[in-house]
Amino acid sequence: MRKLIINGKPIEAPDGATILDAAKHAGIRIPTLCFLENREPIGACRVCLVEVTGARTLLSACSTPVSEGMEVKTNSPRVRAARKQVVELLLSEHDGNCPVCDRNQDCELQNLASELGIREIAYEGEKAKARIDDSTPALVRDNSKCIKCRRCVTVCSEMQGVGALYPQGRGFDTMIGPAFTLDLDGVACVQCGQCAAICPVGAISEKSHIESVWKALEDPTKTVVVQTAPAIRAALGECFDCEPGTLVTGKMTTALRELGFDAVFDTDFAADLTIMEEGTELLTRLKKALVDGEEVPLPMFTSCSPGWINFAEYYYPQFLPNLSTCKSPQQMFGAVAKTYYAQKIGVKPDDLIVVSVMPCTAKKFECGREEMNDSGARDVDYVLTTREIGRMIKEAGIDFMSLEDSKMDAPMGLSSGAADIFANTGGVMEAALRTAYEIVTGRSLPMENLHVKPVAGLEGIKEASIKIEGAVSDWSFLEGVTVNVAVAHGLGNARRLLERIKNGEKSYHFVEIMTCPGGCIGGGGQPRFTDDSVRLKRINAIYAEDEGKTVRKSHENEAVQQLYKEFLGAPLGEKSHHLLHTHYHEKDVV
Amino acid sequence: MVENATCNCACSEELTEEEMILQLDELIGEYQNKPGGLIPALQIVQSRFGYLPESVLKKISRDFGKPYSEVAGVVSFYSFFSTVPRGKNMVRVCLGTACYVRGGKEVLASVKKELGIDVGETTENRQFSLDVGRCFGACGLAPVIMVNDDVHQRVKPSKIGELLRAYAISEEGVTQ
Repeated sequence: MRKLIINGKPIEAPDGATILDAAKHAGIRIPTLCFLENREPIGACRVCLVEVTGARTLLSACSTPVSEGMEVKTNSPRVRAARKQVVELLLSEHDGNCPVCDRNQDCELQNLASELGIREIAYEGEKAKARIDDSTPALVRDNSKCIKCRRCVTVCSEMQGVGALYPQGRGFDTMIGPAFTLDLDGVACVQCGQCAAICPVGAISEKSHIESVWKALEDPTKTVVVQTAPAIRAALGECFDCEPGTLVTGKMTTALRELGFDAVFDTDFAADLTIMEEGTELLTRLKKALVDGEEVPLPMFTSCSPGWINFAEYYYPQFLPNLSTCKSPQQMFGAVAKTYYAQKIGVKPDDLIVVSVMPCTAKKFECGREEMNDSGARDVDYVLTTREIGRMIKEAGIDFMSLEDSKMDAPMGLSSGAADIFANTGGVMEAALRTAYEIVTGRSLPMENLHVKPVAGLEGIKEASIKIEGAVSDWSFLEGVTVNVAVAHGLGNARRLLERIKNGEKSYHFVEIMTCPGGCIGGGGQPRFTDDSVRLKRINAIYAEDEGKTVRKSHENEAVQQLYKEFLGAPLGEKSHHLLHTHYHEKDVV
Repeated sequence: MVENATCNCACSEELTEEEMILQLDELIGEYQNKPGGLIPALQIVQSRFGYLPESVLKKISRDFGKPYSEVAGVVSFYSFFSTVPRGKNMVRVCLGTACYVRGGKEVLASVKKELGIDVGETTENRQFSLDVGRCFGACGLAPVIMVNDDVHQRVKPSKIGELLRAYAISEEGVTQ
């Protein structure tokens, strides 16, 4: 431990801690723009400058380690003047038309200018060149707003292992973006939107579907249904100043009805359906491998996360046969809504509009994939992020916090607790094991509260082994087999896990991969700002939602059972195969 | 730097990008797994071929296991690197502080006029390319220009034409 003094207050900090860490621990706020937790500080923004006695210049708190006897001032006139100057310089080249910016009132630069009391910008200089890139279905980049903090570069390369973004050029003309300032659709971007989630300003945002959805809602010839992903209920409250991890399922349902959706449904329903299909697919692959001695691609990988699908198509095409052929819950929902539900209510698929609310930007890409129209129309028409639906609710003048709770509509609004946990890392695995174990043994998964603890939590790569004992006659070939599973979240972790599998270092039967750190609760479309403490709070909320349900296993969802009885037949049956399964293509990286 | 780096694209027949790619392993293979190997590798390729074509950079990105965005970021950061073919003679006009105050800008204007090209461009006959530099470390001799590896000191705008013609003649025996 090191003893130091910050603002006259004696404090202790561990060796290797930075001034920023030490101050944070002592409850002293130092503003930052480029800092990211768990990443090497790069000191790019210079906003965290502090005065250290004996140092010739002001030092950046994020990158200066504490030392014994250090005296730090975070709030001296010199510090305040310097910070103000730094922010003024940033503002001088920033295209600051705040009232019409996507990030108005949700912008770290704007907040900082307000906090520092900046009333005029003393520097009149050249503005950054405007260059709008709206080439992808998911993201829009606007270089004139970029402050070159490089957070997006760090998350894209280090956290996601993709590296689509990097500073191009030099000096004032530097542009953060793809190689040689190409558009994003010209490079191997997986469209996860972690860059948009982490951007302090309006330089990277989701491509909005808000206007299209308003238009659909106003169209009297259309029936408009909405599905909400499990991760929304644990995060939407943050758009209305709730603490992270506040569950707002009931209010959200009421708000969606007030917005004018004809039916409020749940992606959870499709998550239960996914477990039926994917669980059966896994057991079928295991049977082929163990009984028929066939060469089947194992481990099987989950396929719910469209950023991960893109990642596999770009970077690990050799594993494409290992991906479950199941469409993601969003797409399964769309395909079932435009066939089964449309028939039920007597509406033509073309007159049924399916809107998704997703924590994700890659879902905007996914709904436009050419394979995703098995219902005879585009299975999902529009995708709104959590942030976008929050904006629509505000725009409609709905006082969200004072809304009564209400329940989602039958049949596609009914779901089990297993579907809720699709929202977080380890959740799809747990949901699959709850059902698969029970199918094979006729007994509940023998774990406390049905939770598979070893695959829960924020560790990057997690493993579990489950020994099958007492298999029923149909599945007796699995008797005594130890099923090995692994879970990775964040594509950087996924890459590490895939390399181990590729090298033969590890072998598993089933692997869950989610694109974003923490899973969908940490998705690129979630309210800003998401760090590990926020991720954990949202995860806890999701587990609470699961535990609060009477039905907690996907195969016990009666609405899904009815869907099979009335319409689909059996899991992996012909109709399922046509509507609920898909295929993948290798894509060139460069 | 390296023995065979003297070519500077003055070969009579130009290599196609496919031919360049075939030579890459031999030229820079040893840098693939070296930390910090990207910049020296790019320097070698630039010196050997005179520029860094897209297909070559993509191959380097794959071989070095570095995102294309990063390779492009390095290439676009350093003015030494070029992604378009350059002329036989590289003219660099220094606009560092000393050269700037001693008339570097006028020298640059004169070079531009003489060659009929702007900064970053190459003459149609591929004889000359023009770039600016920020200090060649010869401030006492300002204003300075470099043509290939030759440093010309205290250059006068009025003498630029003569100076450049010498390069065109010395290499091809014809004036441009």
